[in-house]
Order: sequence, then C-alpha cells, then structure tokens
Amino acid sequence: MSEIEVTPVKIFVPRDSSALSLGANRTAKAIQAEADKRGIKIELIRNGSRGLFWLEPFVEVATDSGRVAFAPVQPKDVASLFDADFLDPFSINASKHALNLGLTEELTWLKKQQRLTFARVGITDPLSLEDYIEHYGYKGLANALKSTGAEIVKTVTDSGLRGRGGAAFPTGIKWNTVLGAGEKGVQKYVVCNADEGDSGTYSDRMIMENDPFVLIEGMTIAGIAVGATIGYIYLRSEYPHAQKTLNEAIAKAEAAGYLGDDVCKSGKAFHLEVRRAAGAYICGEETSLIESLEGKRGLVRFKPPLPAIEGLFGKPTVVNNVISLATIPIILDKGAQYYADYGMGRSRGTLPIQLAGNIKQGGLVELAFGVTLRELLYDFGGGSATGKPIRAVQVGGPLGAFLPESQFDIQLDYEEFTKINGVVGHGGIVAFDDTVDMAKMARYAFEFCAIESCGKCTPCRVGAVRGVEVIDKIIAGKDLAKNIALVRDLSDTMMSGSLCAMGGMTPFPVLSALNHFAEDFGIENKGIVDAKKVAA
Amino acid sequence: VATALSLQHLVKIGAHIAAHKTMPGGLLPLLHAIQDDIGYVPEESYLPISKGLALSLAEVHGVVTFYHHFRTHPVGKHILHICRAESCQAMGAVKLESEIKAQLGIDFHETTADGKITLEPIYCLGNCACSPAIMLDDEVYGRVNVEMVNELVAELASEVTA
Repeated sequence: MSEIEVTPVKIFVPRDSSALSLGANRTAKAIQAEADKRGIKIELIRNGSRGLFWLEPFVEVATDSGRVAFAPVQPKDVASLFDADFLDPFSINASKHALNLGLTEELTWLKKQQRLTFARVGITDPLSLEDYIEHYGYKGLANALKSTGAEIVKTVTDSGLRGRGGAAFPTGIKWNTVLGAGEKGVQKYVVCNADEGDSGTYSDRMIMENDPFVLIEGMTIAGIAVGATIGYIYLRSEYPHAQKTLNEAIAKAEAAGYLGDDVCKSGKAFHLEVRRAAGAYICGEETSLIESLEGKRGLVRFKPPLPAIEGLFGKPTVVNNVISLATIPIILDKGAQYYADYGMGRSRGTLPIQLAGNIKQGGLVELAFGVTLRELLYDFGGGSATGKPIRAVQVGGPLGAFLPESQFDIQLDYEEFTKINGVVGHGGIVAFDDTVDMAKMARYAFEFCAIESCGKCTPCRVGAVRGVEVIDKIIAGKDLAKNIALVRDLSDTMMSGSLCAMGGMTPFPVLSALNHFAEDFGIENKGIVDAKKVAA
Repeated sequence: VATALSLQHLVKIGAHIAAHKTMPGGLLPLLHAIQDDIGYVPEESYLPISKGLALSLAEVHGVVTFYHHFRTHPVGKHILHICRAESCQAMGAVKLESEIKAQLGIDFHETTADGKITLEPIYCLGNCACSPAIMLDDEVYGRVNVEMVNELVAELASEVTA
C-alpha cells in the first residue's frame, strides 16, 4: 500500500457518450468515492472508449505490463474490486475477480483489428494535447508543412483514400480540384461533414468525442493542402457531448499554436469553428449541408457546379466526412503506401465498421477492406443479442439494402456491394433477428424518406409519401400483384429521377426487402435466392 | 399556445440578433442561441430577425420550419427524445415507444399536463451498439426499458419538489 501512496495508480473510465449512456459517470464517481473512503490515492483519467460497447463501463488499471481491463463495472461492483485489491490487477485476489478480463491489448476482439484511424481511441485522454502528441499526434501536419499543396494532394491520392461518408469518391481527386480552383488568393473553405445521421453509425461521434485532435489535425492539413484558411465542422445537434469536446479541443489547439493565423509558425493560417446542424437528415448530403451552413433551408443543389469549384458562399470548398479527414494525419505521417497496403481492389486502407442493432457484441471494429459480413456478425458480433438467428442485416444506413443470410459471405468492398445493389456507406451494420417484419421495414424506409426529404424534387417528395400508402395496401393484403408492381415502378422512378441519394436510394432497402423477404409481403418468395431455405 | 412575448424575452432575442448580425451564415447559430436561451423560437421573433439579418420574413419562416430541431412553441421543462431509427427498432424501440407514450399519457410533440416532459421522436443518437436509446435533455441512455424510463421520470418529479 505504501507504494500506491507514492505514485497513484492510474484508472481509466471512458467519457464516450455510449459509455456514459450505460452509466460510466456513476462508475467513475463510485470509484473515486471508494478510493477516498479507503484513503487510497488514485489518478482517475476519463479516456475515450475502446469501442467494446457490450462491456461498458470498461474500466482499466495501468500496470507496468500494460492496462488491465475490468468490465463491465457498475457502481455496485466497485467495493468488491477494491476488496480484491484491483489496483494491483495481477495479485491473486484481483486475478480471480469475475470482472477481470486481463490485459486490454490481449483481448481477441481488439487484437484482431487493424486500427489506423482509431489508433489512439480509447487509449488517450481525448482533451489532453500532450497525450495526443505523445501518441504520434501532429506528425502528419509537420510533414504537410514541409510539403507543397500539390505534394500533399498527391500523397492523399496515392493512398487510395475514398470518402468515408458513403459516396466513396476519391479524396485526393476532390482536393486536387479545390487546389486548382479559383483565382490566386480566393477564399477557400474546408467543411467537415459531421452530420452522421445514418442509423447504426457512430464512428464519427467516437472520433469527435474520443480523439478530437486527429480531426482538427486532418482538417488543418486539408486547409494547408488546398489553400483554405477557414474550416467548419457541421455537427449534428443530436451530439451535445461531441460539441463540447470539439470546442474544448479547438480552444486548446489554438492556445498551443496549432490553429490560428500562424499554424506552427509556418506563416499559414487556419481557423476552425463548430456549427450545429438542426436535425435534418438531408443535410448530410454535401450541397444541402452547404446551404445549411449558409443559413438557409437545406435544399439540395443541382450539380454542376461542384462544391469543389463553387461551394460554401460560392467559393471552392473541400467537403469531407469526419472519418476521411481523421484518416489524413496517419497517411501524411506514415506515407501513402503504408495506408494503401491495406484493403482489396479499389477499396484501399481500413474501414471503421460499426456493429449495431440486434447484436450481442456491438462496437467499433476497424479492419482493412475485404473482411466478410459473416466474420463481422459472428466472430466479432457474437451473433444476435436475443440469441435468435440473424435474419436480415442493413448495411450503410437507412438508404442501404437489407441483406439475407445467403449474402453474408460478401466482402466489405465498395465494388462488391455495388454488384448486389447494396452500399458500404459509412460502415454501419444493423442486425435484425427473425422477429423482424420486412414489410414494416420497407414501409419505414419510405416513411423516413417522407419525413426527411428536402422537397426540392418530385420523385423524392411525392414518391416517398405514395410509397408508404402503397406498402400499407400491401400489408393489408389488397391487390397484391398490382400494388407490388406499383412499388417497383415507383422505385424505378425514384431511382432514375431523384436529384440526390435520398430519393435515389430509398428504393434500395425497399426492393431488397421485397426481393429477399417476399414472404413478409404475403407473396411467394421467387427471389434469386430463398433466404429461409439457405438458412435451413 | 402562442402568447404575446414578454419584454424579457424580446430583450434577449434582440441581444442574440445583435450578436449574430455579421456572422457569415449566421441564421442557424442565431436560432440555436434563441432556442437554447428561451426554449423555443417564437414566431414573434421572425420580424426582428428578418430586419436584423436583412432577410425576408418568408426566408426566416422557411428556415425555422425546415429543421426538425427548431420549435415555435414553448415546451415542457424537460425533453425526452425516443430514437425511432432502424438499430433501435431491431431492439424493440417500437414497443418501447408505445409503452412510454402510454405511461406519460401523451403522444409525440405533446407535453405532460404538469408541464414537465415533452416527448419528441429522434432519428439516431449514435448509440446504436446500445439500442434502444433515449435522450433526456442532453443525456443519452442506452439499453433502455420502460422501467428505466419510469425511474427517470420519477427522479424528475422529486427534483422539482425538492
């Protein structure tokens, strides 16, 4: 005990909002109170989450051989942990404690991952700039400041990084357009799309709450590369914790000279501001987002002109997703080839995948492209939370297709998903067990589109409302053949005639539900593959 | 129910307008500032906003009503958001939603008779590994069931009387 008094043991309790949603603050308070009561000095650090959300609140104790995990820890468990001398995790009593999971780094779930974008997440104190720098932070920016804009853009292009928001457009090509756009000295902008609205996704939130400096660094590099001096983070209003964390981190970066008129004494300026969205899903579409940033209704713009040429306030603008921008620092630090060595085909690098919905072990899995859906659902996810068979999986948010069990061997790769009319999107995977009614899910897809359509184009605005009506008739068993033909026809109109992905992709979940789960619509399953037969 | 604005609210709104007048794209930040401060964006504020930011009344009305987050009427002391998105549906959110509505005796966009809680739908809280999720004011709760919601509601009741 005398040693503990000399150097307080470091205890980590995450501050990520999913951890908080399961009581991490109460656990942290209970640990501090119990330590005080016993007269033991501890250093309580509120780190980010490692992303094993079924084990939150995930408490770690620092030792010379690494951190040891105790999870999940509720306030009622705290006294027993102290009784077992958990501050010395390898002691006989602590090793025997039911919540002791051993060394965090040795947990299979983490060990099998390839964490590049999420390298620091869960390890550092999100708001400690010293911690960030100690863990290879700001190395990418240092390299960027030694390079020309064209050299930075070439590195990003060579890395093969594609937009992680969902559209998968090559980031380097976008940057190159902005670099060459406008007359010399024209004001340019970097906009971070942090309007993460897809159900089943939370990787943006995790970066912003658990490693905000990596996003700030990525945006600064983008600004230096294309010659933009002002950046905005367009953050969804549903993320109040992320907003607080980002604002604190920006203030610290400014105070330390990493943001401002003279970034790292380079003579180059970059200013960053968080702007709150206001609960419109459509504002995740880049032109709608720009309208919203300009203070208008989030109506989708016609393209061209591309935002890269005429974007925010009519000026050349880089619009990238949080994950794309947060991946820039490691690419600039370790080089294009290092990143491009991961992945398959034209999908280079890693994807932070989010396991969600009815899944036993939900959480953040970062892996190179090429992993199969089945590995993710069963090896990482451990099957459904309810213990029933996983019947359907929606990948890529509310505009993504529903996949039946027969398609679970598909590899996560942009092109592979396109082949089956699916999307990888932002990497969210929502699992449903066999109680799901796919006709209701198809109805919900139209309903969501009706609620969230910006209203500019007719196929989306009217189509979504008509879609709900027709599906209601199908659910009621009215004129099945006629109404199913009508849904297919309507879907065709929406896919071909909508201005953006909102109306253009809403039919993806609808048609995939109809094609793979026809029995839920009261008709015989004549699809290419009969999901139930394959499962049996 | 729309009521005439108090002088106090008018003064507050005026101050927020002054603070956002020259901000590029300042309308959304201004509306957030007003709603954060007084709980909603009263229709009576449209005229001073339109004058202050040199916008038409129609533009201000259009923006306020386009975004789900902005409200034009006062709400309860606390706001309870229930997530309706797919991940939460996969974990029983539809049932939870109807149970909460029955417990509180209100539908979405309504406020309990004691003025304490307003119920709102939300589409994803980014807590999808811990579905179903709700948000009470700024705090998110995961793996929620109706008993937990009842406890939270009871806590709010005692908090007010304390």
